[in-house]
Amino acid sequence: MTQITRTGALIDSTKPITFFFEGKRYSGVQGDTIASALAANGQWVLSRSFKYHRPRGVLTMAGQDANTLVQIGNEVSVFADRHPISEGLEIKAQNVNGSLEKDRDFFMNRMGRFMPVGFYYRTFYKPKGIWEKIWEPLIRAKAGLGTLDINAPEDGYHDKAYGWYDVVVVGAGPSGLAAALEAAKLGGSVLLVDENPQLGGAATYARGMNLQDLIDHVEAMENIETWTDAVCNGWFADNWLAVIQGNRLHKIRARQLVLATGLIEQPAQFRNNDLPGIMQGSAAQRLIKSYGVTPGQTAVVLAGNDDAYGVALDLVDAGVSVTVCELRKEAEGPLRAQVQTVGLTIHDGCCIYEALPGPGHKHVRGVSIAELDDAGAATGKQRMLPCDLVCMSVGYTPTYQLAVQAGGKVGYDDKTAMFSITGHNADVGLAGSMDGRYALERCVAHGTAMGARAAARLSEADAPEAPDKCATSPNYPWPIFPHPKGKDFVDFDEDLQIKDIKNAVAEGYRELELVKRFSTVGMGPSQGRHAALPTARLVAKHSDRTVAEVGVTTARPPFTTEKIATLAGRKFTPMRRTPMHSRHESAGAEWLLAGNWQRPAYYGRGNAKKTIALEVSNARTNVGMIDVSTLGGLDVRGPDAAEFLNRMYTFAYAKLPIGKTRYLLMTNEAGTVIDDGVACRIAEDYFYITATTTGVDNIYRNMLWWNAQWRLDVDIANVTAAYAGVNLAGPNARTVLNKLTDDIATGAEDFPYLAYREGHVAGIPARAFRVGFIGELGYEIHVPARYGGALWDAIAEAGAEFGIRPFGLEAQRVMRLEKGHVIVGQDTDGMTTPEELDMIWAVANKKPFFVGKRSLELRNKTLRDRKLVGFSLDEMPTAGLEESNLVIKNGEIAGFVTSICQSPSVGKVIGLAYAARSDSETGAKITLRASDGSLHQATVCSPHFYDPDNKRQEM
Amino acid sequence: MVLALLKYGLSRRYPVREEIPRTPDLKNHYDVVIIGGGGHGVSLAYHLATKHGITNIAILEKGYLGGGNTARNTTVIRSNYITSQSIKFYAASMRLYESLANELDYNLMYSRRGQLTLSHSDGVSRALRLRADSGTFLGERNEILDRQQIKELVPSLNLDIEGRPILKGLWHPDAATARHDAVAWGYAIRACDRGVELHQKTQVTGLTVDRNKVTEVQTNRGNVSAGAVVQCVAGHSSVVAAMAGLRLPIRSFPLQAMVTHPVKPFLNPMVSSTALHCYISQSARGELVIGGGSDPYELYNTRSTLDMKESLAASALEMFPFIGDLKILRQWAGITDMTPDYSPVMGRSPLDNYWLDAGWGTWGFKSTPASGFYLAQAMAEDRVPEMIQPFRLDRFDTFDLVNEMGATAASH
Repeated sequence: MTQITRTGALIDSTKPITFFFEGKRYSGVQGDTIASALAANGQWVLSRSFKYHRPRGVLTMAGQDANTLVQIGNEVSVFADRHPISEGLEIKAQNVNGSLEKDRDFFMNRMGRFMPVGFYYRTFYKPKGIWEKIWEPLIRAKAGLGTLDINAPEDGYHDKAYGWYDVVVVGAGPSGLAAALEAAKLGGSVLLVDENPQLGGAATYARGMNLQDLIDHVEAMENIETWTDAVCNGWFADNWLAVIQGNRLHKIRARQLVLATGLIEQPAQFRNNDLPGIMQGSAAQRLIKSYGVTPGQTAVVLAGNDDAYGVALDLVDAGVSVTVCELRKEAEGPLRAQVQTVGLTIHDGCCIYEALPGPGHKHVRGVSIAELDDAGAATGKQRMLPCDLVCMSVGYTPTYQLAVQAGGKVGYDDKTAMFSITGHNADVGLAGSMDGRYALERCVAHGTAMGARAAARLSEADAPEAPDKCATSPNYPWPIFPHPKGKDFVDFDEDLQIKDIKNAVAEGYRELELVKRFSTVGMGPSQGRHAALPTARLVAKHSDRTVAEVGVTTARPPFTTEKIATLAGRKFTPMRRTPMHSRHESAGAEWLLAGNWQRPAYYGRGNAKKTIALEVSNARTNVGMIDVSTLGGLDVRGPDAAEFLNRMYTFAYAKLPIGKTRYLLMTNEAGTVIDDGVACRIAEDYFYITATTTGVDNIYRNMLWWNAQWRLDVDIANVTAAYAGVNLAGPNARTVLNKLTDDIATGAEDFPYLAYREGHVAGIPARAFRVGFIGELGYEIHVPARYGGALWDAIAEAGAEFGIRPFGLEAQRVMRLEKGHVIVGQDTDGMTTPEELDMIWAVANKKPFFVGKRSLELRNKTLRDRKLVGFSLDEMPTAGLEESNLVIKNGEIAGFVTSICQSPSVGKVIGLAYAARSDSETGAKITLRASDGSLHQATVCSPHFYDPDNKRQEM
Repeated sequence: MVLALLKYGLSRRYPVREEIPRTPDLKNHYDVVIIGGGGHGVSLAYHLATKHGITNIAILEKGYLGGGNTARNTTVIRSNYITSQSIKFYAASMRLYESLANELDYNLMYSRRGQLTLSHSDGVSRALRLRADSGTFLGERNEILDRQQIKELVPSLNLDIEGRPILKGLWHPDAATARHDAVAWGYAIRACDRGVELHQKTQVTGLTVDRNKVTEVQTNRGNVSAGAVVQCVAGHSSVVAAMAGLRLPIRSFPLQAMVTHPVKPFLNPMVSSTALHCYISQSARGELVIGGGSDPYELYNTRSTLDMKESLAASALEMFPFIGDLKILRQWAGITDMTPDYSPVMGRSPLDNYWLDAGWGTWGFKSTPASGFYLAQAMAEDRVPEMIQPFRLDRFDTFDLVNEMGATAASH
């Protein structure tokens, strides 16, 4: 059934669009949502409910309830009443076993009595083990709504933007428009956001409200930006707002915020109140006015306020025959008077006691109404009214979510039967109906006052008087009519009925949070938008408290759903590459990740072990080069530079001569080793120091943190990225360097081990120092980063005649292990002291202070029973030993292997491990446990496996 | 089994009884006052009452039962720690959990999903190997998986994360999840069955200390005296201890998490990535539960932040690229009490009758049964059992630490 030409504020009937729902072809028009287009085609069932698989349809037409959730492609849980149709769009129903029309799981609807609230806590676990074996898999298969395709590609462009405004107004209804206008008039930049496609809020569908003048004024203001289809989805500290528009997340700082988020209309509770064809009054009005859809032929309007009569009149105008069922016994109001003039039947003092389902529960076919007694409960005096549409207009809640995120507390006014909000952040103002101003004029006046208040707070002026709250509200206090057979839903998302809430309280889960957690009320996709009010009322009643005492559960961000891709935005994975990166790439480097740095593991695509061994032997017997640009570099200068290092590091630096280097060992406050490096003294007041690649950023931060307390006269700069570095090492290193420099004397006496020199290498200004990490004659040459590539090329060229070859991190690890040099972070853990590493020599105990000194003094009194020892095995067991394998002693864990390799230079399997102190002497046997559980004996030896006298590195 | 459901369905009167009793009036004196009605507090009460016959107990809870970190954690139960002491303790807790539903006659929905911890670097691979080897040596099931094995275990996982390819995984098949609220409720119900009093909305406002004993507990509902007092107030351990004049080596940081809309199950194990500071599991309801590392600064406030949500979303999307259109439903925060060695403080305090159950960091939920079991034994016998001796407070004076730094980051 296609309706004849439709007229609605949001649609263009001249532009037809074809789309598919559940494989069936439908036609709608430009501007239609999925739900409005389907409704125009007479398709009212949109989904099946979570637990009972009951057919569900339009409830709010506002994108706020789970009834309309459908799936589009790999996007699950799309609000059909908000998502636009487009040509060829394919839409599927969610959570159906079979099809939306014929859902095999609809039998669950009859099982309700056997599934009381929280039933799953009471059953399924006897006998022991049956839950995991039988029940859980069965129940788990029923979880969830939509289905994700795990092979779907990541698509769509999502990004982020930042904004700063003097005043942000959320909600472009009467009070929001007025607030924006007033704030703008008083100067300052104003942003007005609204989640709907057009400005005006309730005025776009409610009867008798025209805001065109106000909208024109707002649009004429140059200092107001208005965003539609933009939802303010979260309030965070200091008015930091998340506003989502399309695929963009705007992060906005508002100096002042005005929330004019209006009201959310609430359903009434009666049996079968979830049938398709039963909707909020405002939903019917939205269908008629925005989309030109007539929601039925014969309607019953359940009235609890005067707005209901506006709905009735709108239905009449759309050609619907209407009967009003009025909850109040003595209702009055201007719109009711009009309805009376039109001559509609009004049943005063009556409720809907039960809605009657059509075939398959797919639509309402009538209601049974009952007269109310003096206590407001349904009596036996009932009559049946046939209808295909029920509109509920019985009350609202404020849209309090953002206000609550901003610190607001939700209270309840028994006189008006309405939630109220207090205690929110002072830089947030509430305007209009969400703060108790319901009549249009008062709403606008309040918006104006709150706009002026926001402007006044910016200039510290006095805020103007705001109009008082209305004495009455549009809320009928108790639109809850339990039925002995139930299905009187409080929470549509979770299929929870009145008795479920009542029973949760009766079982002792009396606190509202416990009711929520026990029954799951409010935990579904609509996050309690339509369940919070009836739940609070029911819990209050059944626990003999007031609604205010019961309260509502905390509303946390986001306000409405937001996509993971929107939050993620353009993904940035930080990666760091050295200036020589392209050289490594063309040399065929295999990459390793060190912190964020990409470093060559080894060069060439051949057999890794052989390649690494080749790189090692070339450096040992000839000359090699390695890119050490990633090494941390810090410039420490100022009169207190030496004192500063003395405090930060364990060694002593006051007397370090200019032009010399000294090892750096850092412990934290607990005395645990956390970093090492080399200090080069450039001048009396100037040190250039290195730190580990992955440690430097923390070390730098630590240094600033400490000096914020010490206030030493020293300047610390992290120059890691400013320098590129090459370690040139091997017996031929001196000859190669000699070719490249005129102003650095390279002779063994001019430039001895541990010396620091400045000059030029390949014409590039350079810092050079002699180090021995891999145990050969070696120079570390640091140059400004932009010359890194040139330095690399020059050294490679100069070394070509000797057969120089670059080596990677793997070869460096092997060679340093052969020398017994520890890598902080690999050979140390969160408890390692210098003593355990045999590095007491690097701790200057005579200093009055260094970070960790006091702790080390304590720890040295009761040493832990472990030491880092060197060990060797003649050959690798077939089970394979690797780093982190355990050291076992007397059936207990005594330690673990920190480093191990097949040493090309020593010809054995060598390694470092934590072992018991009693096993730390050379010659002791320790037992290593391979990951397969097999045990292997190793012999403890000096960790200085290669050139123990350091002849080679000191030549 | 299903008979139980028939019983509910066919009985006219439902519910049968009020299983969580209403808050009674405070008496003047209790043998034991437990500060904090979360999982740990009610577990302790349950074990005191059922294993040691101590039933004159008041649990004082400032909010509602299980409303603190018990309600805010992401329900991971595991034993894949670094040190022997921790592995043994958390393994004991897992064993208690495995039969807890039947012990309490309350279905906690204990579900053995297994936990997969991912490594993206050599250093982390080594750390995972140490955890695997230590656990296996002590009888716990752990295994290092290569990329192919990871792919088979979690086909939906993206192994080739740009810039951070997955290298190895630590597979802990016995890791489990359970319904967090139900743990607190089950213990509370059975403790109350034995006569323990649960006082909700009862806030401790001060402690009177005289001659090295806590002589009076002050509350918003009046004062009580007690033979012994114990604090089980994760998130506010330092604050409550300060009322007793104690200074704990604890710093408190918020820890945030979020859930998505429910979708049909596609992810069985709990997956965590150390480099991305993100862990993901799919709940019994079908929601993805996504959590990360603690906030970088100390705070006693369970507010949510936008930046944490953004970074968690980005990380989750790296691991599972097809969830871009999945929507976040809710985010929240808890407060973690961190000690210098990341291990808890359990046992005696410097005061004669004041006991501590604190510093659980991100591991409070998984320890709920064992902390109650062993602390009850310690209090009842006035002798701290060997199992929890390593977690004594004075270890920080002697540096005899139980170092678990590195067993967390993103694998709570």
